[in-house]
Amino acid sequence: MKILVAVKRVVDYAVKVRVRPDRTGVETASVKMSMNPFCEIAVEEALRLREAGAASEVVAATVGPAQSADTLRTALAMGADRAVHVLHDPKPSHPLLPLTVAKILRALALQENPGLVILGKQAIDDDCNQTGQMLAGLLNWPQGTFASKVILDKEKATVEREVDGGIETICLDLPAVITTDLRLNQPRYATLPNIMKAKSKVIKKVTPEDLNVDIRSDMEVVEVTEPSKRKAGVILSSVDELIDKLRNEARVL
Amino acid sequence: MTVSTLVVAEHEGGFVKPSSLSALAAAEAIGKDNNMVSLLLGGSGPGLHKAAEHAASSHPLVSEVLVADSDAFAHPLAEPWAELLRSVQQKGGYSHVIASSTSFGKNLLPRAAALLDVSPVTDVTSISEPRVFVRPIYAGNALCTVRYTGEDPCMMSIRSTSFSPTEAMSETKVAPISQVDLSFLSEGSSGKSAWVNLKSQETERPDLANARVVVTGGRGLKSAENFKLLEQLAEKLGAAVGATRAAVDAGFVPNELQVGQTGKIVAPELYMAFGVSGAIQHLAGMRDSKVIVAVNKDADAPIFQVADYGIVADLFEVLDELLKKLPDKK
Repeated sequence: MKILVAVKRVVDYAVKVRVRPDRTGVETASVKMSMNPFCEIAVEEALRLREAGAASEVVAATVGPAQSADTLRTALAMGADRAVHVLHDPKPSHPLLPLTVAKILRALALQENPGLVILGKQAIDDDCNQTGQMLAGLLNWPQGTFASKVILDKEKATVEREVDGGIETICLDLPAVITTDLRLNQPRYATLPNIMKAKSKVIKKVTPEDLNVDIRSDMEVVEVTEPSKRKAGVILSSVDELIDKLRNEARVL
Repeated sequence: MTVSTLVVAEHEGGFVKPSSLSALAAAEAIGKDNNMVSLLLGGSGPGLHKAAEHAASSHPLVSEVLVADSDAFAHPLAEPWAELLRSVQQKGGYSHVIASSTSFGKNLLPRAAALLDVSPVTDVTSISEPRVFVRPIYAGNALCTVRYTGEDPCMMSIRSTSFSPTEAMSETKVAPISQVDLSFLSEGSSGKSAWVNLKSQETERPDLANARVVVTGGRGLKSAENFKLLEQLAEKLGAAVGATRAAVDAGFVPNELQVGQTGKIVAPELYMAFGVSGAIQHLAGMRDSKVIVAVNKDADAPIFQVADYGIVADLFEVLDELLKKLPDKK
């Protein structure tokens, strides 16, 4: 069985983003970019399933500008077998929507015919949390979102999901779409030999047009602003003072 | 502009959940005039019908309650629910579809949107025009105003802490309740997933997402044992207990207590953080709290930049003293 993993290049999670003065978006030029953390977990899970003998091949895919190839190289260095880069460079006013990405991934899934598609549960830039669910809907496959544990056999996947009330277990017929939560696994670091080896692995380049997918932008970014700043707080010296402030100044006790 | 809104509601114990009442408040924000709101409930058994009665008088704008009574909706599986939503939308032709950004809403809404070939808006925190919304991006470090320019329906999940539910209305207006035609269930992908079980922590404390007071512990708590001190404080304050990712990863508490970008978003009146450094991803989940208190021995911890009141001290000493000095909850 083949596993398709979708990865996204985003501003590194540790960067404190700055809104551009012209309010068209956040500053991304000369900012450190990395693989979206949830996508790393997705790659790791696919590799573990392959290492456990449940899958034979791991294909990484991304949709994005030329620089997104770095993210695919990272996935290849972690251990993915090959990669597909769907080249698209969106305008800041009309960012690439999850529905479009899902349509592109559907086209890839129909070509590659995987038994499982794994994605992160959300990208930490747009925080949409949509693509996996949309892909599953478009393919008419079952979905296991926010997965913290995946057990695979030939025809079924048992998925433990992180839901509001606790951990929910569901059973899905394959093929299926799974999105990863933080606690699914601890992604590995790519070692230097594997980074070298990844340079000779194949990244196939295609365009949305090659896949017959229209880039539709139904969402227009009007402006991006900074959230309101909280007013400066005070450092107190004792618990008595804290209780007094909470009771008489903030009136929350 | 005429608006007609479908609110996908969750229910528990015979009542519409508070997060869904927030979704009704968001429907009101889209338009009070010419806005016919239909409320969709699914499930089976007497709890569903009791919740439908509650829904019928839950908000003055509710003009109709749609009930999908089938075992297929007894559990929150996205596959049958998305088909239900598609079918109800195709029959009703709503201009807007709203769900709350709970794990149920986040799982369901994008799938249904894909079936309807429209792009939803996630985690709306403010509605300025019927198709113009504000939503946080980059873990809440930027606010993005978007205009939806696509076909109907305009679908969105709303952040429930940003929309306060209207007070329960009088009995004067009760919306009619009708059953949804479920003939679509025989087709589609409903049979491809099965619900096995739900493991949840039984707790008598208020629900984290809706609590008036939240006390949170981070890595500084050092052990699961020490979290019991926080629970004692929560007991005294009638508070819910939250945690950082570090505390969950270390196994101090279960994951459903995690507050942050990838956990729960809270905005209580009082948020007390003990041994929490204040990483970007944690602040994303609590920065809209009314009053923030931080107790940390590191004076440079980023949490102090958002705290209204801070104490730089050993959290165990502060906790002990608070437990001694705060009166028991009335």
